[in-house]
Amino acid sequence: MNQTPQPNSFRSGPDEDGRFGIFGGRFVAETLMPLILDLQGEWEKAKTDAAFQKELADLGAHYIGRPSPLYFAERLTAYLGGAKIYFKREELNHTGSHKINNCIGQILLAKRMGKTRIIAETGAGQHGVASATVAARFGFPCVVYMGATDVERQAPNVFRMKLLGAEVRPVTAGNGTLKDAMNEALRDWVTNVDDTYYLIGTAAGPHPYPEMVRDFQAVIGTEAREQILEAEGRLPDVVIAAVGGGSNAIGIFHPFLDDQGVKIVGVEAGGRGLQGEEHCASITAGSPGVLHGNRTYLLQDHDGQILEGHSISAGLDYPGIGPEHSWLHSIGRVEYVPIMDQEALDAFQVLTRLEGIIPALEPSHALAEVIKRAPKMGKDEIILMNLSGRGDKDIFTVGKILGMEL
Amino acid sequence: MTARMDNRFAALKAEGRPALITYFMGGDPDFETSLNIMKALPEAGADVIELGMPFSDPMADGPAIQMAGQRALKGGQTLSKTLELAKKFREGDNETPIVMMGYYNPIYVYGVEKFLDDAISAGIDGLIVVDLPPEMDDELCIPALAKGINFIRLATPTTDDKRLPAVLKNTSGFVYYVSMNGITGSALPDPSLVSGAVNRIKGHTKLPVCVGFGVKTADHARAIGAAADGVVVGSAIVAQIAGSLTKDGAAGPDTVASVSTLVRGLATGVRAARLVAAE
Ligand SMILES: Cc1ncc(COP(=O)(O)O)c(C=O)c1O
Repeated sequence: MNQTPQPNSFRSGPDEDGRFGIFGGRFVAETLMPLILDLQGEWEKAKTDAAFQKELADLGAHYIGRPSPLYFAERLTAYLGGAKIYFKREELNHTGSHKINNCIGQILLAKRMGKTRIIAETGAGQHGVASATVAARFGFPCVVYMGATDVERQAPNVFRMKLLGAEVRPVTAGNGTLKDAMNEALRDWVTNVDDTYYLIGTAAGPHPYPEMVRDFQAVIGTEAREQILEAEGRLPDVVIAAVGGGSNAIGIFHPFLDDQGVKIVGVEAGGRGLQGEEHCASITAGSPGVLHGNRTYLLQDHDGQILEGHSISAGLDYPGIGPEHSWLHSIGRVEYVPIMDQEALDAFQVLTRLEGIIPALEPSHALAEVIKRAPKMGKDEIILMNLSGRGDKDIFTVGKILGMEL
Repeated sequence: MTARMDNRFAALKAEGRPALITYFMGGDPDFETSLNIMKALPEAGADVIELGMPFSDPMADGPAIQMAGQRALKGGQTLSKTLELAKKFREGDNETPIVMMGYYNPIYVYGVEKFLDDAISAGIDGLIVVDLPPEMDDELCIPALAKGINFIRLATPTTDDKRLPAVLKNTSGFVYYVSMNGITGSALPDPSLVSGAVNRIKGHTKLPVCVGFGVKTADHARAIGAAADGVVVGSAIVAQIAGSLTKDGAAGPDTVASVSTLVRGLATGVRAARLVAAE
């Protein structure tokens, strides 16, 4: 970027009001304000509580399966003929994605706060499944709000949530996707303030959620940084992740933010192209606004009405982005680029065939960016990509598009 | 702060009855019809008008107001058209206070300074912005007060005594007590709980305390009005409008008249409120 004065550290945000520069904050109804202040207080205490941290680490190791491996994708690297490609294999976690890292952390907080009921919103269903899983593990009733469109296109996950004992409530407002599910979860929370814990699934929402979710997901980057140093004796040249609300991306980015030589790239859903409204590239094609408790880049019209957006991947189908990403974009530390539906689909197939890994459609967007960049880089250069989830949930969607008989 | 608001509450105090505050959505189902609804409200007995600004993602509203917002947006309503509505109304009524109510994003995108200037010239007396708690006062509340527009804050059952002073600090015009934790359009809470809460708030402020959420009938208005300085009715009016529309969502032959009838009934409720209280 140009003349923007750079901070001493990119890792010190947010300030005490939850601001990352002009982004973030606490734009919520008065009813919820005391609740998020309570949560913030509890989170501050938990951060420095050794017993909490130990329980988190134990569950990480024995329930989630951490640390997740760092994998050198040898055949993909040879195929692309450029930079060495490493995957941080979050798709091997229990429940199949990075979402569980955050859910374990938040359910421990809910328990500490004496809450007795869990609500969550979900897009792809990965966060819904992870929430239903930790609710089962800790014995909480759980209600998951999911857009009706997503209920249809992520059917396997709906079934998993139900098996785990969660109640899935389809939301028909709007386009029936993640934004509408989040509105409905907020309405539930405003109504059930005494007993309910709102387990937000991404690094968005009012303060302290963006910071808290980031900190629970930063285990991804912390591990990956150590693992790559061990494998290669140096840091990667580029770190790449897909951005929906932004939790897997901020999780892998954050520990690298102060490593000046590391280029960081966030991949937004370009959908069917940025010309119209059928995409979810909030940063590339949106503008700052206020939604779901924070100021951030949004897809909106000239009157400040939020647009629905579109992505082939339910987990990226959200017209906003976590506020820390908006800040990292505004100061030029992270570059955000769009990847189209078709490019993600192609990348999905490449990885499946070359490495025997079926990725979720969300990280397939990050993979498409890797496929673009790697051939232009030297063989001694390194790309680290967050493989945030596995594609079992997407096989029906992909099969349908490819015209395969199921 | 604005003379219209202060004069109105002073007159009601002299009259010895609570205010009837009526909410409707600007542009629902279309600009002209909603202007006619607005013009009919004072004559039917509304003392203060809450003018809803439609928003695509009304996180604190129930289905009735959500759908009203969607109808308005579909009919082409924008924030500038909602300001235009107030301006047109003011041509024939310079006494009834108007409070604009909605969410922050359309105002933020319009531009805070420009919005406040345009609101003043449209004759707006106050603002209620659901997603701007006191922690966010620098955004709109302080600039509004500086320009002489009331910033009316919501107090809720979760607003405890520790928090009330912060909530009341930059509040002006009146305090809007949301009588339950929940979204608009829910059931009426127990009036005795409401009067306790109103008295608690009155211990902290001299401003009128008005109560909303769940008031649907003249009886409700009477019961809630016994303790409060004003009774807010929203979802019931919006639902009345919805029920009067044609199959394809256009204004029906008696859309305006049916709102008037409902408001006239509610007005008898607030007028009977203190009689009961005195019994
Ligand atoms: C596998 C996977 N990756 C990424 C995302 C996008 O979310 P976030 O940007 O918060 O990581 C999702 C969301 O459902 C997901 O399931």
